Amino acid sequence: MVDLLEKHKGMADRFQRMLDMGINGLGVTNDQMLSPTRAMVGNREIILAGTNNYMGITFEPSVIAAGQKALAEFGTGTTGSRIANGSFAMHKELEKSLADFLGLKHCIVFTTGYQANLGMLSGLAGPKDTIYLDADSHSSIYDGCTLSGAKLVRFRHNDAADLDKRMARSEGEEGGKLVVLEGIYSMLGDRAPLADFVALKKKHDFQLLVDDAHSFGVLGPNGRGLADEAGIEEGVDFVIGTFSKSVGAIGGFGASNHPLFETLRYAMRPYMFTASSSPASVATSIAALKVLKEQPERRAKLWANSERLFNGLRALGLDTGTDVVSPVIAVKMPDELTTITKWNALFQAGVYVNMAVPPGTPNRLCLLRCSVSAAHTEAEIDQIIAIFKEAVAT
Amino acid sequence: MNDNTTIISVLCDLLAPFNVDQKPLTEATDIPADLNIDSVGILDFIMEVEDHFDIEIPMNAVSNIRTIGELAAYVQTSLNKVS
Repeated sequence: MVDLLEKHKGMADRFQRMLDMGINGLGVTNDQMLSPTRAMVGNREIILAGTNNYMGITFEPSVIAAGQKALAEFGTGTTGSRIANGSFAMHKELEKSLADFLGLKHCIVFTTGYQANLGMLSGLAGPKDTIYLDADSHSSIYDGCTLSGAKLVRFRHNDAADLDKRMARSEGEEGGKLVVLEGIYSMLGDRAPLADFVALKKKHDFQLLVDDAHSFGVLGPNGRGLADEAGIEEGVDFVIGTFSKSVGAIGGFGASNHPLFETLRYAMRPYMFTASSSPASVATSIAALKVLKEQPERRAKLWANSERLFNGLRALGLDTGTDVVSPVIAVKMPDELTTITKWNALFQAGVYVNMAVPPGTPNRLCLLRCSVSAAHTEAEIDQIIAIFKEAVAT
Repeated sequence: MNDNTTIISVLCDLLAPFNVDQKPLTEATDIPADLNIDSVGILDFIMEVEDHFDIEIPMNAVSNIRTIGELAAYVQTSLNKVS
């Protein structure tokens, strides 16, 4: 008999090596959440600097109240798909709120951000089409592309000239073409040079999709994401986002002005064949969107905190892998063993960051990945920097 | 001139930076199984192959290519189509 799990033995050995060091950086359990930026792990209080809680909205009283009300009035779950019994009025309200927020005509919400990418990519592209995706794309984009059955062509990260070259190689082929970018790339925090890619539309015939998972609520004067910041929203055909970061809930969305966009509801298997978001999660998302709209000062605080941490870590001589400030700030490590050791030193000193190692990172980088929150105090940011100084920079 | 031997030689050169354990490379080398290269590394290597030969190797095709010899055959077929 061929043991099906035998193929994962290498990964198991790799994980065991970390456990043998007395470290489990991939299995930290928060026993109690004290605030958006603090948790108890066992009997130790930890500053959270790797939770993607960009707007620090998870303990906002109005958002919690909305979730509690929905839980009481609509129950714990929908027990069905959006195309069966799982569409509640609040799902439609959330879609309308999001469309208004984005300034777009149509929006479809998904149960998770991962499913938003699976659904949108597999709904938009089919076996006769080609998807061009950035080499540093998130795994959910790779998986959505694979599910579509489209021809998949990878281009060099953030390199519009490279995309131009690759599109030229298949010039004249039939089928639609979709280019997929991310607003803020999740590992190093750099963002796509959107204007360069939009400019390519004059040369090649394609539709453009931006995954704003890490940039929705974060980038642009209205917090709409990368296109809002770049001032070229008309150049983007489809936007994807998630509720698990700036919105502080769980779920995802796709949005567009395309007149046929609503038909995707009946073409996306990850949308049709899963239960819809729970009432509490939908209600908290609606309430959180309201807060994001009414409190732009949160975004200003997020950027001030991001600059403070970025500059502080750079002043320690640490390599952040990019010169661009964003709420995602990674510190490069020389190898996996050092990453594990330094991650543990940070954790023991009271700071949680993400341990990021290949193949989940671009160019086989080993990273200590931080994400900043608007809810971090200046004192917390300074404490994070001080702990990096002791645990990592020395 | 891009005969099979030349293509294999070029592929071995392009594979060298990814072959961190410096294992010997032959036509029969199973790229994902014999070499310690993760899934992203293989895609990065394929990108180098595409650019060297100025051809397209879609990601969908990569999962069906195991050995250096099979990749050489794919490259040869693509070059024939271009010319």
